[in-house]
Amino acid sequence: MIAVRPAVVTNRTLLGVAIFIGSEAIFFIAIVLAYVAYRDAGLATARATLDIGRTAIFSVALFGSSGTMVIAARAESGRWLAATILLGAIFLVGQGSEYARLLSEGIGPGSALFGTTFFTLTGLHGLHVLAGLVALTALLTARRRRPRALAAVAWEAVSMYWHFVDAVWVVVFSVVYLGTVL
Amino acid sequence: MTAIPLWVRRPAGERVGWLRTVDHKEIGVLYIGMGIAFFALGGVEALLLRAQLATPEARLLDPETFNQAFTVHGVTMIFLAIVPLLVGFANYLVPLMIGAPDVAFPRLNALSFWLSLIGGIVLYFSFLAGGAPDTGWFSYAPLSERAFAPGTGVDYYILGLAVNGAGTIIGAINLAVTILLMRCPGMSISRVPLFVWMTLVTSVLILGAYPAFTAALVMLFVDRQLGGHFFDPSGGGQVVLWQHLFWFFGHPEVYIMILPAMGMISEVIPVFSRKPIFGYAFVAGSSVAIAFLSFSVWAHHMFAVGLGDTENAIFSATSMLIAIPTGVKIFNWIATMVGGRLRMTTAMLFAVGFIAMFVIGGLSGVSLAVVPIDLAVTDSYYVVAHLHYVLFGGTMLGIFAGTYYWFPKMTGRLLSEVLGRWHFWTTFVGFNLTFLPQHWLGAVGMPRRVFTYAASTGWGPLNLVSTIGAATLAVAMVIFFVNVVRSLRSGEIAGDDPWDAFTLEWSTTSPPPPENFASIPTVTGRRPLWDRKHPESRDAR
Repeated sequence: MIAVRPAVVTNRTLLGVAIFIGSEAIFFIAIVLAYVAYRDAGLATARATLDIGRTAIFSVALFGSSGTMVIAARAESGRWLAATILLGAIFLVGQGSEYARLLSEGIGPGSALFGTTFFTLTGLHGLHVLAGLVALTALLTARRRRPRALAAVAWEAVSMYWHFVDAVWVVVFSVVYLGTVL
Repeated sequence: MTAIPLWVRRPAGERVGWLRTVDHKEIGVLYIGMGIAFFALGGVEALLLRAQLATPEARLLDPETFNQAFTVHGVTMIFLAIVPLLVGFANYLVPLMIGAPDVAFPRLNALSFWLSLIGGIVLYFSFLAGGAPDTGWFSYAPLSERAFAPGTGVDYYILGLAVNGAGTIIGAINLAVTILLMRCPGMSISRVPLFVWMTLVTSVLILGAYPAFTAALVMLFVDRQLGGHFFDPSGGGQVVLWQHLFWFFGHPEVYIMILPAMGMISEVIPVFSRKPIFGYAFVAGSSVAIAFLSFSVWAHHMFAVGLGDTENAIFSATSMLIAIPTGVKIFNWIATMVGGRLRMTTAMLFAVGFIAMFVIGGLSGVSLAVVPIDLAVTDSYYVVAHLHYVLFGGTMLGIFAGTYYWFPKMTGRLLSEVLGRWHFWTTFVGFNLTFLPQHWLGAVGMPRRVFTYAASTGWGPLNLVSTIGAATLAVAMVIFFVNVVRSLRSGEIAGDDPWDAFTLEWSTTSPPPPENFASIPTVTGRRPLWDRKHPESRDAR
């Protein structure tokens, strides 16, 4: 097993990822603020169309994937990593089906302010989940093909990014979905 | 005459092509080359603007071309000239200054450069694709919305600056990690050269500011390409949201462009005063203060919007507050020179010129922080004069100081001091001729971004002076170019340490070998090379 775990304050890669995540956080804060600024204008549409229960279930998949990622990184386990990828993919499928339903009801990025802000915020998050899935898959592939060359720090780095993507969804789900019941 | 290996002293046959290099020094030179090329393009655009404005009711450019020219001039100088020039110097110098063999992520470094360059090429491709962006460098909504800017210019603005910004962000991550984790033994964070300090603070500013701009660009993209309503009043959007996001980025961007230049003259002035910098901790600490404050001043660009008296008063106060840490530095530099044995080399001339011109730009900035004054001169030539005193009188003079100072390290050859003096004085005279009259033009009401004006306004004579000044600046740049080309071919051989300098980059060869140092140095003070040359009078810290 792993003797010394790399630390953010001394490891170049992890510090780089941490700083990158910081800049990504600023990016999302700006988008979330735009959503909040226009929230009132779209609240009626949001209440009428968003499916909290269903999205909550898919959100649990994403939140759960952070748990499987922790186990995967600790044990450098391919199986738990695959489970993380599966849970992330399930989340994206859920998002896709939510999009399909809204679009079929005539709500899109160009329909009204709600659509513009909703699709921009959740879409940008979805793209980050997709990027995370690519990173996870690359990690899994590297583990299968070149297990000796794969450093512990790679697990940590991908794990940090995945937790960030998850944390962003905590904020987005709260603001966009839970916000409709307030 | 022996041939000197330029930029990096590689063994014969080990030359790596410019496209493949991951050496921080070569990438630094690529950045600087990109900056110079775009500086020339932006300069040509500026000359077109000045030629059109030289006389009243001129018809050299039509209004549409004029709009494209001032937009692309601004975007070019800020994103494609000044930032790459500063990042280039940081790339070249930071690892050398902290005793590191390279940056933390050499391949990522190459990615940063190529993204920055490709962003610039995408922006300029707009000229071929039906017209450049014509909405000003801050591209205010709703003017930038599809309804009012139906061409593709703004789309290239979005794409080009998003890609360029990604490169800049990745570069900032790289430099920050390098400075935090790659310093040689003994090089504590309170011993790194001030240019390194400024680079670190600038990196933090980039990481805080650029992502907000990218977010704004994404929203504008959604509006233009997906029919969104972020900045579309007819769909319930608010145009002021763009302004908030843009200036939340835009004001820190000013410090991103000035702090590294301040770092450059903080290296040049001590060496040519033969003294350590006066108040090292204050120069570094005041920069951190500037960085914090710079995120709380953005709405001083928006006094005329009508945010309300309370908001205006708050942003007015924070904007004046930021003059304090800035003023502290001015005194640091002056106190460094006082009692020193000054050597007025070209580098030192530019550094002193920086102080003088930046004080004018800084003070006109404080005047603009006063709400009633701002309301009177907003969007006038007074603002144009102010920003050029900061970005040309400040940043560009600082970059020239740095160029004369470090060119010998990068190339192994000295720039000509004779041509250097000609370069400095033509720049100094040309710059003031161009921009000093613009204060008056603005004060008497000449708006910025108008393609012409009536003869009855009486603005003709001062505009003519300004255009003559611009032509003088063009001559100055030709002198500089001649100096660089001649010195590259046949300049005096510099040796490792031509200035009897203080910091580690001068302890290695000129240009340095690929690994920078034969062995990783150990330092015991802020002036490691001084300590090595004068063991009898080492610095206490």
